[in-house]
Amino acid sequence: MDALVEIRGVTKVYHRGRERIEALHGIDLDIPGGDFVALMGPSGSGKTTLLNLIGGLDSPTDGTIVVAGRRIDRLSGGDLAAWRAAHVGFVFQFYNLLPALSAQRNVELPLLLTDLPAAERRRRAGIALTLVGLADRARHRPRELSGGQEQRVAIARAIVSDPTLLVCDEPTGDLDRATADDVLRLLQMLNREHGKTIVMVTHDPKAAEYARRRLHLDKGTMAAEPIPA
Amino acid sequence: MRYLPLLWAGLFRKKTRTILTLLSIVVAFALFGLLQAVEVAFESGADSADAKRLLTTARYSIIEPLPMAYLRRIEQVPGVVGVAYADWFGARYQNESNAFPVFAVEPARYLDMYPEFTVSREHREAFAKTRTGALAGQRLVDRFGWKVGQKLPINSEIHPKTDGTMSWEFDLVGLIDADDPAVRGNTDMVLINVAYFDEARQVGRGKTGWYIVRVADSSQARGISASIDALFMNSPDETKTQPEKEFALGFAKQIGDIGALVSRILVAVFFTILILTGNTMAQSIRERIPELAILKTLGFSDGKITALVLAEAVLLLFLGGGLGMAAAVAAMPGLNGATGGRFPPLFVGLDTWLLAGAIAAGVALIIGLPPAWRASRLKIVDALSGH
Repeated sequence: MDALVEIRGVTKVYHRGRERIEALHGIDLDIPGGDFVALMGPSGSGKTTLLNLIGGLDSPTDGTIVVAGRRIDRLSGGDLAAWRAAHVGFVFQFYNLLPALSAQRNVELPLLLTDLPAAERRRRAGIALTLVGLADRARHRPRELSGGQEQRVAIARAIVSDPTLLVCDEPTGDLDRATADDVLRLLQMLNREHGKTIVMVTHDPKAAEYARRRLHLDKGTMAAEPIPA
Repeated sequence: MRYLPLLWAGLFRKKTRTILTLLSIVVAFALFGLLQAVEVAFESGADSADAKRLLTTARYSIIEPLPMAYLRRIEQVPGVVGVAYADWFGARYQNESNAFPVFAVEPARYLDMYPEFTVSREHREAFAKTRTGALAGQRLVDRFGWKVGQKLPINSEIHPKTDGTMSWEFDLVGLIDADDPAVRGNTDMVLINVAYFDEARQVGRGKTGWYIVRVADSSQARGISASIDALFMNSPDETKTQPEKEFALGFAKQIGDIGALVSRILVAVFFTILILTGNTMAQSIRERIPELAILKTLGFSDGKITALVLAEAVLLLFLGGGLGMAAAVAAMPGLNGATGGRFPPLFVGLDTWLLAGAIAAGVALIIGLPPAWRASRLKIVDALSGH
């Protein structure tokens, strides 16, 4: 498989007051299209920092990041926002749905940035909700849904614009085992049946078992060899 | 329009807070609408004044009468192209609370002086021909349910008839109206024929209240005013002539500087609204930092986030402002009825609506810009991690 994500010599340095924190040191990584990668490692190892760089939420201090043939590490804020809208779907540990909007409206949010008419936005949001098994919860507000349902709405929002890449930050970190397995099976289905490339950060070895590959980060450095799932 | 559900949801995320804020804006704009109506009513005389019209009154007090005989002499002054006079009747209709202006006039001269009034040819002729005739403003007719052709019994507070009674009766022969709403306010009156009035009154015959003088060239108004006043200098009835606008403003100022008073009240009201809504907006945006970060994550640019926050402030102000102005408009009939005609008619004109829109937009910008700026500078990674 060709690499969808190509990371070369990526370093990320933060400054907290006068303190200099090097979160990532010279990361090299290829993620082929259609892969499902679990990024693992202890707290502070740089997993989320790496995920944020891959998802275009942050820019590296040094090194290059190419996603689907486009170098994103030097894009301006506006260009990076447009790139994210077109290419990346995000799933977070705490779902991050807008509480005042219904499930349907939450899923429609990324489509507001497209030229699609309202009816087509509704139709696509409906398809995404059907795909995650929540068509009958479209009019519910987030507070009227369970944690697992909220996360499935978040996944529907992540896939509604048919992005190239899904980045998931601890998507099951706030869920019980059974619900977490449901969500992970859903991600696995999106990967296997719909060809979505997924990069998932997790602490949970059981969650990582759903991925095709597991990568370990420690103190900002990638472990020597990826472990096949 | 596509962002309206998002804006609406953001605005009413905390319903109680938003409704209370909205209510305060409604009250502020209702107050604005009412006070502007008062100011416009007071200045309507000045606004609708004709630069080519002069008012000649007694020099020391407008309640002092002037001889009707002055008319011919004023007509002779170079530059004068028309003269009319009017006298204050001091009317009460049915009871004390129904007061409206009644002027005793020479029909043709007076109506020629005010081309902005609409009177049909038929009604004009009937007024000129009928000694006991009267013309009434359309709004007064609507208010009291009068009909053309009926008798109009009106009491005077000032003028007794020759039989010693204060009860007068006229024949309503026509209507006065105006197309311009500002002028229509000046048609809330009754005109009676001076020929009958002067003959039937017990005292003051041959006298009138004031003269209205039309000049050919408004730039000559001051010089002609001086010429008219010079004619009657050192006579028992000296005059004071001035442009109609100046007269109207001076008259309004006798009650007080309504414009300055209204402005000061409104500045205080809107300053309070600014603080209140500004605080509410800032608090609302502060609470929604993670949500705004999510929107940015999904690809909303800094510009779009700025526009969304500003649009929310605009929506809040225009919603509250629109409701407040509508409340002011709804209150007008009741207020006009309650004043019993002692006060110029109140109305909310297009200018007031436009000014309200400009104020709403201005306040929205002032209260929206700081949180919008903050939201646009939000770093997604920091906001999502709670820093």
